[in-house]
Amino acid sequence: MIRFALRRFVSLAISLAVASVVVFVTIEIVPGDPATFMLGMGASPEAVAALRAQLGLDQGPVERYLSWVTGMLRGDFGISYTYRTPVADMVVDRLWVSLPLALYALALSTLIAFPVGIWAASRRGTAVDTGVMGATQLGIAIPNFWFAMLLVLVFAVNLRWFSAGGFPGWQDGPGPALRALTLPAIALALPQAAILARVMRSALIDTLGEDFVRTARAKGLSRGQALRHHALRNAMIPVLTILGLQFSFLLAGAIIIENVFFLPGLGRLIFQAISQRDLIVVESVVMLLVFAVILVTFLVDLAYAAVDPRLRRR
Amino acid sequence: MRRLVTGGAVAGLFVLAALLSFLWTPYDVAALQIADRLQPPSPTHWFGTDHFGRDVFSMIMVGARVSIAVALLAVGIGIGIGVPLGLAAAARQGGWLDETIMRGNDLVFAFPALLIAIMITAVFGPSATNAIIAIGIFNVPVFARLTRGAALSLWTREFVMAARVAGKGSARISVEHILPNVTNLLIVQGTIQFSLGILAEAGLSYLGLGAQPPTPSWGRMLAESQTMIGFAPWLALFPGLAIVLTVLGLNLMGDGLRDLIDPRTRRSRA
Repeated sequence: MIRFALRRFVSLAISLAVASVVVFVTIEIVPGDPATFMLGMGASPEAVAALRAQLGLDQGPVERYLSWVTGMLRGDFGISYTYRTPVADMVVDRLWVSLPLALYALALSTLIAFPVGIWAASRRGTAVDTGVMGATQLGIAIPNFWFAMLLVLVFAVNLRWFSAGGFPGWQDGPGPALRALTLPAIALALPQAAILARVMRSALIDTLGEDFVRTARAKGLSRGQALRHHALRNAMIPVLTILGLQFSFLLAGAIIIENVFFLPGLGRLIFQAISQRDLIVVESVVMLLVFAVILVTFLVDLAYAAVDPRLRRR
Repeated sequence: MRRLVTGGAVAGLFVLAALLSFLWTPYDVAALQIADRLQPPSPTHWFGTDHFGRDVFSMIMVGARVSIAVALLAVGIGIGIGVPLGLAAAARQGGWLDETIMRGNDLVFAFPALLIAIMITAVFGPSATNAIIAIGIFNVPVFARLTRGAALSLWTREFVMAARVAGKGSARISVEHILPNVTNLLIVQGTIQFSLGILAEAGLSYLGLGAQPPTPSWGRMLAESQTMIGFAPWLALFPGLAIVLTVLGLNLMGDGLRDLIDPRTRRSRA
């Protein structure tokens, strides 16, 4: 297990290194001179020179890359050009919105998808199953930002149960903050729940056909007992895979959803940074999101290997 | 089979609307008729009009062009680059080429499509072309993996052995014997990626990172409708329905095609 973990860790480090090169080259090398790019055509030569100095553009690309990476390792993500504040501080502030939102959505989609998927699998071939499968088809086809707008129309504009957007912060306790995150989390969770429910159903149907489930039934367990104690556990592996993969979709989805609800999260930060051509912020936040995705993949791999020793040999 | 026909018919309807829009739309989408602005759906304007008095039905027809073209070209990029990579990886299974291609795939998977799009637009500015590239890049590993996986099992089959014994090189075997046998899978996956592409394009143009004004696109119609949703909900309703129906149609078509090609999947669908 330790050897497996070490091997995965080495490949995690390599992925991160390559990803950082890709991000650096795309954002700092491709536009030519980032300082001119960020300031636009009409900038004065003095302003460009000042920004060039701040970005360290007089150094070669290799030195700049190394100082960017070592800076990030120390927690120094550079200074935002438009806000004149350290990017690290901005990211930490925004994480208090994005991370709870992602976790809230993940919790919602799991809470909906597991029972629904199990229900459909145990009633396979009946009207329940057909209905669930139809509903999940629809769930996958609905763009989450459109669903979000419909939620706003119904629950914010007409019923006035929630506000249509904005975020009050956590200083008044978790109540108002969670309330503001509820509609965004539902919108974010819907397509994920639909996919997860389908995976849960088909994984469970596959394991229900296995010999060990028949043995469990033969030794006198009821259908429900066999499902709960034997089939469900074994169906969890594909479900966990999808759950891990969904994390990256939740992060990406949050970029859109935060914009629908005007939530001051990472997604909105990166989006505003693009329109302000603040490449320093774009670069660091993209790298951070990629880091999160790679890290989650690594953790899911480890979790599998802990659960199923057969997977360690790969 | 029923799903294939239903799904194909629904998706086909939008393709037809997109093609028809080149020849004819009920109203000119470039003409602003301020006097007719924000009219609810009526017999003259089936889906109502927007804040510039443009006919929403006509805009949806023209918007279908962008959605379908972006998604289709992105699938083209995915297949065009991903399939050769997958074939090459399978032909050199376990070698450095295979290893490099597969690790490259993993790397792209770490960048969600939206993040790729954001990096590209941050540097090159927003446009439909950049949306195609971003979604296309994301499609590459999907097709590369699928092709490699299917090709690996084909390489152990007798007819491939026979071709080897006959002295054919691995490149020729890949093209003449492996590729024709993975085409079915590629068609099914292509349909699925097509529908994902429609969703991704809608998301990008909602954020303003896709096709630029004055070209109508479904995503931007939704973005513009957001501030008016309280008093002109039809502006948000119809473009959204267009997206849902297109994606639903394509997904049904993909499921139907999969069942047609591999009847075993009828047992348990994911």
